Amino acid sequence: MQREYKPDTTIPFWRDERILKILGQIIFALSVLFVGMLIYQNMKAGLAKQGISLSYSFLKGVSGFDIAETSFAYDRNSTYWQAFLIGLLNTLSVSVVGILFATILGVILGVARLSTNFIINRLASFYLELIRNLSLLVFLIFWYLGVFLKLPRVKDAILWPGDIILTNRGVGIPWGIPTASFPTFRLILLGGLILTVVVFFALRAYSQRTGRAPLTLLWSLLTFVVVALVGWFILPEKPLTLDLAFVKGLNLSGGKILTPEFMALTSGLVLYTAAFIGEVVRAGIQSVSKGQVEASRALGLNGFQTLRLIVFPQALRVIIPPLTSQYLNLVKNSSLAISVAYPDVFYVANTIQNQTGRAVEMISLVMLTYLLISLLTSALMNWYNQRIKLVER
Amino acid sequence: MAINEPVLPPITERSNILSWMRKNLFGSWYDALLTILGAWIVYWALSGLLRWVFVTAEWEVIVVNMRLLMIGQYPLEQAWRLWLWLGLLVFLSGNSLAIWARQSKYAVLLLLAPALLSLFQVGAGQRGWLIGLTVTGLVGWGIGRIKPEVLKRSVIAGWVISLPVIILLTRGLSESETSFMPEVRTNLWGGLLLTFLLTVVGIMFSFPIGVLLALGRRSELPIIRWFSVGYIELVRGVPLISILFMAQLMLPLFLPDGWTVDRVIRAMVGITLFSAAYLAENVRGGLQAIPKGQFEAAEALGLSGAQTMIFIILPQALRLIIPILVGQFIGVFKDTSLVAIVGLLDLVGIARTVLAQPAFLGLQREVYVFISLIFWVLSYGMSYLSQRLEERLGVGIR
Amino acid sequence: MRKTYTILSLLVLFALALAACGTAAPAPAPSGETVTVKETVVVEVTSSAPVVVAPTGYGVTLKTVMERGNLICGVNSQVPGFGFVDANGNFAGIDVDYCRALAAAIFGDPTKVEFRPVTAAERFTALQSGEIDILSRNTTWSLVRDTELGGNFVHTTFYDGQGMMVPKDSGIKTLQDLEGGTICVQTGTTTELNLADVMASLNVTYTPAVFEDADSTFAAYSEGRCDAVTTDKSGLVSRRSVLADPAAHEILDVTMSKEPLGPMVRHGDDQWFDIAQWTVFTLFSGEEFGITSANVDDIRANATAPEVRRMLGLEGDLGLKLGLTNDWAYNIIKLVGNYEEVYNRNLGPDTPTYIPRGYNSLYTDGGLLYSPPFR
Repeated sequence: MQREYKPDTTIPFWRDERILKILGQIIFALSVLFVGMLIYQNMKAGLAKQGISLSYSFLKGVSGFDIAETSFAYDRNSTYWQAFLIGLLNTLSVSVVGILFATILGVILGVARLSTNFIINRLASFYLELIRNLSLLVFLIFWYLGVFLKLPRVKDAILWPGDIILTNRGVGIPWGIPTASFPTFRLILLGGLILTVVVFFALRAYSQRTGRAPLTLLWSLLTFVVVALVGWFILPEKPLTLDLAFVKGLNLSGGKILTPEFMALTSGLVLYTAAFIGEVVRAGIQSVSKGQVEASRALGLNGFQTLRLIVFPQALRVIIPPLTSQYLNLVKNSSLAISVAYPDVFYVANTIQNQTGRAVEMISLVMLTYLLISLLTSALMNWYNQRIKLVER
Repeated sequence: MAINEPVLPPITERSNILSWMRKNLFGSWYDALLTILGAWIVYWALSGLLRWVFVTAEWEVIVVNMRLLMIGQYPLEQAWRLWLWLGLLVFLSGNSLAIWARQSKYAVLLLLAPALLSLFQVGAGQRGWLIGLTVTGLVGWGIGRIKPEVLKRSVIAGWVISLPVIILLTRGLSESETSFMPEVRTNLWGGLLLTFLLTVVGIMFSFPIGVLLALGRRSELPIIRWFSVGYIELVRGVPLISILFMAQLMLPLFLPDGWTVDRVIRAMVGITLFSAAYLAENVRGGLQAIPKGQFEAAEALGLSGAQTMIFIILPQALRLIIPILVGQFIGVFKDTSLVAIVGLLDLVGIARTVLAQPAFLGLQREVYVFISLIFWVLSYGMSYLSQRLEERLGVGIR
Repeated sequence: MRKTYTILSLLVLFALALAACGTAAPAPAPSGETVTVKETVVVEVTSSAPVVVAPTGYGVTLKTVMERGNLICGVNSQVPGFGFVDANGNFAGIDVDYCRALAAAIFGDPTKVEFRPVTAAERFTALQSGEIDILSRNTTWSLVRDTELGGNFVHTTFYDGQGMMVPKDSGIKTLQDLEGGTICVQTGTTTELNLADVMASLNVTYTPAVFEDADSTFAAYSEGRCDAVTTDKSGLVSRRSVLADPAAHEILDVTMSKEPLGPMVRHGDDQWFDIAQWTVFTLFSGEEFGITSANVDDIRANATAPEVRRMLGLEGDLGLKLGLTNDWAYNIIKLVGNYEEVYNRNLGPDTPTYIPRGYNSLYTDGGLLYSPPFR
């Protein structure tokens, strides 16, 4: 551009920036391709020497090993692919439960960190500093070996209120068992869900038409709860019977038994991630300028309204992006399950790779799986982020 | 820079202990409830912890295995080389403290840490070295006090060359065993030494790659941009442990027939590649915060694109994100522990072998608490120092 | 403020210089200033340069090992008696001593061996890729491993069988008693597969608790996480001896599988296979002929029996046929000992990991150790 005023000197092509840029890119692309090809060739040659060709067909073979925690029927005659799916479902269940509780605890911590109560404030910041400077792996191993496996044996089980049994074989909690009327109940719940959505949108339309701000979320949730309660009581037979966990011989039985591995992994991830979420929440709340609060009070909004209508929506905009990456971190960190013997997707894939020697296939499959989960989660959170942005304007 | 003199509160708000308690602990009935609950938690946790630390715990496992935990199987007769570079680092720290932390009067106390450590149960040789470290640090501090301005450049140069020096000293010069500094192969590196080296190498090498990737992501050249975006998103989408497994299990297959790469180096490659993607995103954040006017001004001055980046944009962008960078470096430090899962004997890996010794079975709590303490002290120290640095440089205060 | 600027621009220059030699990306040509920095980096790069080893072909491994000046041996670091690290940071165990014997055969110096702890997961890849010269890590000989995993097993050094350990007070006497119980097992092993096989054939339902390494497996068992723990019987014995109360645990009188443990070498180098193989036989024969590290010098001076003379390199040039020197077997026995010495050092009655000899006695004592003739 600057040289245009000197038309008499033509730039030789090796100094012409436009050509250089294109040339550079081509060279770059070619070298990346070349390295990729080289790696692929080496890999193929190396594998061919051992008489192995790249293929995923081995996944149809019989696995031959058992897995501790299975969400569908699985035994040693099942295929590698089924084993992999079990691992995937385990990863997802840890992630979902972990994200739920980490969010709750994180919000509590973030608010506590801003509390005017000296002790609560100090406790929260001490906790944050303590956890954030630990290595998650060490923390998980310690949590598993040093805490959950050091719980008393079954015969000296600790009983907690709410019929919770703590032993080093697992934690037993009460659980519902579906009865004959459960399918009907499920239909009622579905109806309730539809009604809830209707109420939600109706209230929102009302809010947009009138400019009032009804407690949309609260009312819709209440609708659901009412439907569920009505359904529960009008049915001739209770849809769920409560099943308590109890000690049977050397093991726990009944209710729902959460293994120490699951408990250690999930609670470890929750305690760790919550510390980071706490910081995110604190920063989010602090990002709302004091003037906003003062202005809303001046407008006559009460404390709760200020929080709900002014502070929270604005803080949420700041919170969502870092919160997303904390959620993703939790999902990815769940791969440390291998250190606490919980059969998540990474651990199962590792076992399969061990038994079959198919390192390339299994590692790429695992990476692809995590990539997919990550992309889906961030797509979901981005969509939500867009939504709250729109509501703001 | 603003002078930060403490502003005294108005007379009416000055408080004695009772009104302070009333305001901060018992403001309302639920505040009081929370206070009591909090106090109970503090009491319960503290009493349990203290009883365990001083009564129940058997710390002998740590004392006996201190050498393994610190340097792994690194030959003891060569350990002087590690002390030597540790001395260099402490000396440089002393220098830096004197130059860049003139105002903080107590910073120099940090240099007393090695001498304090020597009060614990350590061998006579180690005690000498530890005290020597403190002396070195103090000498460095003293020299720094005398000629701070003159020394600045050489201290920076010292930090820059310290990494190659550390690696060289740790690894040794020649393969023959009779020479002055025989080679110590990487399989003997272990414990905190390995953790430290993995961290430092990971940080140093991921930094340039991360900056390049960040620039690539903002480049107008489509191929470069796609490559950077693809790389960053790919790596950030998968767990570190899968990358480490790939480095350990698949990398050997990627190399031409008959080539092998040391497994410690492989772990370093994995950590570097992983950390670079995250660093790139952080640097991109910094780049985005630079106002367009800076680019335009640089162009108006006749600087080329590369010059603008190197002399105008990057220095500002990097300064903006120092706190984030330090946070990430702490993350790298903590994440290096994952190499234990692929069988390296870093701090965590060596802890597992220590726990396999017949004499110390079942002492997981002691060993892991000790290791957590090391991680905690070092991470906290890093973040504390960076906060001080931010205050000094006025980063984040706009 | 200006100083920070200087630091950072220096860092960036350093960064770019590193990138210039580190990546394929088109980077700005290094200016005079950066070249010096670049040189300091080169030192680093050489220290980490890939080492060329040729993994296959007759005689290649020995040549590589000789040129390198030491043997790289993949071992376990977590099984007392077989391969573990003592408090002084030294490797010890029967698998470890085998590597020392091999180094003694090659170099006449048992210290010229580098031990590389490999996990169960990576052991075969490490061998395939040439990262280790030999795998001596209580590895079970099986058909798949002999073929698909690209290795050859040399003669078994320890005959084992999978067993099951339970707390004595549990009242469990047979595998059927474990119905509904939890069993601790280590992943990536034949043990894990055997357990599933045996329990399926007995129609016993159980829950596995699968751990990544031996330490976690036994730590969990000793905390009472499982009703039983299964691994090779030798492992059970050596681990039981270091439990808090060894007498409180019982190894069931069942053998769930055959577990012949031995060293493994790569496919494709028969000379290396022979050296590894005959190192095992030298250990056996040493015991059979009563040659120990203490009396080997005497015997060599006065030996008359032809086979002993051939083995110790006085006749027949056997060592040269293997590509070694003729005193290779002498070195093994002199520097490491015979099988009995190695066994007693690691698993003998005076060690905490005592295992009775059982199948691992000479054929003359009713065991399975039988060496082909040295001729």
